Amino acid sequence: MKSLNLLRLALLMLVFGVFFTACDEDMVEDANTKVTFNFTHNFDGANVTANEFNLFDFINEKGDTLSLTKLRYLVSEIRLYKANGDSVLFPFYNLVDVTNSTGLSLTILDVPQDAYTGISFVFGFDSINNISDAYADLNLASWNWPEMLGGGYHFMQMEGKFLEQGEEKPYAYHHGTARVSEGVFEQNYFTADLSGVTLNKANANIEIKMNIAEWYKNPNTWDFSTYSTMLMPNYNAQILMHENGKSVFSLGTVDQTN
Amino acid sequence: MKVRLSYFLLILGFGVFYACSDDSISSGPTPYQLEIPGALKLNFPPPVIPADNPLTEEGVALGRKLFFDPILSADGTQACANCHSPSSGFTDNRQFSPGIDGIVGNRNSMPLFNAAWNFGERFFWDGRSRGLEEQALEPVTNPIEMHNTWVNAMSSLQAHPDYPELFNQAFGTSIIDSSLVTKAIAQFERTLISGNSKFDRYLLDEINLSPAEFRGLNVFMAEEGGDCFHCHGNPANPLWTDNDFHNNGLDSFFTDKGLENVTGNPFDRGKFKTPSLRNLVFTAPYMHDGRFATIDEVLEHYSTGVKVTTTTDPLMQFSFQGGVQMTPEEKSDLKAFLLTLTDSSFITNPAFQAP
Repeated sequence: MKSLNLLRLALLMLVFGVFFTACDEDMVEDANTKVTFNFTHNFDGANVTANEFNLFDFINEKGDTLSLTKLRYLVSEIRLYKANGDSVLFPFYNLVDVTNSTGLSLTILDVPQDAYTGISFVFGFDSINNISDAYADLNLASWNWPEMLGGGYHFMQMEGKFLEQGEEKPYAYHHGTARVSEGVFEQNYFTADLSGVTLNKANANIEIKMNIAEWYKNPNTWDFSTYSTMLMPNYNAQILMHENGKSVFSLGTVDQTN
Repeated sequence: MKVRLSYFLLILGFGVFYACSDDSISSGPTPYQLEIPGALKLNFPPPVIPADNPLTEEGVALGRKLFFDPILSADGTQACANCHSPSSGFTDNRQFSPGIDGIVGNRNSMPLFNAAWNFGERFFWDGRSRGLEEQALEPVTNPIEMHNTWVNAMSSLQAHPDYPELFNQAFGTSIIDSSLVTKAIAQFERTLISGNSKFDRYLLDEINLSPAEFRGLNVFMAEEGGDCFHCHGNPANPLWTDNDFHNNGLDSFFTDKGLENVTGNPFDRGKFKTPSLRNLVFTAPYMHDGRFATIDEVLEHYSTGVKVTTTTDPLMQFSFQGGVQMTPEEKSDLKAFLLTLTDSSFITNPAFQAP
């Protein structure tokens, strides 16, 4: 879990401070909640971990057989919603690396205790936070998105191979800012909205499920013969990823204890 | 008056002695202040220093002495520096380096710099050692390198007129063991920082790149161009390596299975650690087996020579056509950029030479 830039954090703390001081008089001082997000992955229900990598075990919507060799992606700006529409923002980012089994769990302490009914997060960075070279750990992870493509950071790197007439071909499904034309870029992040949850206890474990198959089918049926490699500078591919990504995440198991 | 002055000096002397001895008891070795160049501090994490082996002046100095001393080899003829020479970016310029018996292996000696930023802590071409301390254990006993035993090496060090006291100063004991030897060597290796290339100075806004160098950077960073950056870093990752393991399409059949030899996983066949592109001009020949004598040969491999196997990395996105098919101009520009990663001050740094 990493913090977004300091200015944002300072502003957020100021807002929180004013909010809690001014409005929440019946809040017990130390009544905070610990929320843990567990990121799990499946391919139309079949569990996917690094152990399932390299195997041609998956068939996408178009009917192509594929394997995974790498999957890592960035989530940021997790937000918890209350029934009245108010929300609490957590200005963190988290690099989920399925390949190396890191970042699969994100715990947020000191969540103001309340009744929450929804969760959202940004897939990648929004336009404010997608600042080139700003995050040391992401630089170390070579997570940067080239300046010629709009800069900032990758949102996702999903790689592997697919079978084309029995022959293995590579794919590199890399998602980030879309380049419209030279020097013209389009923000390409999206917000995953996960409602239908009730959080009202002191500790919560929330499963965030990624159905990898959704990247290939909804609403656009992905065609590897058109889009397999060199997708970063490919505007159409980037927009298709953006559109398909919106149905990728769903809520899984939610466990709560006092 | 003479007597009074003598008493005064005596008291003063005791005072100094007391102060010095008390200080030496309480403080131990002097912490080493690692100087990190500006380009490696621009939005980049600090290096990895293990809690059980902090850098100290005495430890680094001892490690440096050990690194250049052939005393660790069975016949006293080979030091670490024989295969990891400062003038060659801490590698040597042979395809394979002979050990004390004149036998060569099948791997090219790896350059040594900026190893403190290897957060994965996997060393050697196949990542078989975890941490610099563990890495330093192996060459001493490897039969095609120093071909010694640690018992013998420690005996030689223990009998040496200087080493017991140097270990005492560095680690508080004059009883030498392999753990302390490798800790000292690792401390020295963590000080081998290269961050003063032309490109580093460009990052610090001190100089500009030439048009060819800048075009080369674009070739490096373009997925539809050279597509080097996914494995070899980028201006925000000045290590110029991801410190990860890839099959970069060198072979159709593997006599050296690389990472698979360590993991036992056939999907790791032919994967080797990504080397840094820093100081390329000093570190020829290239690849894990030193098969390419020149940078031009390396570029030609990525341009037209990539082989496709089950484990060829998907990031070799142009493998279906043998490589990225660079034009002569693109290769020339890319080479011009790569040469901006040359840090001549690193290989001449007095602190990195034989003591």
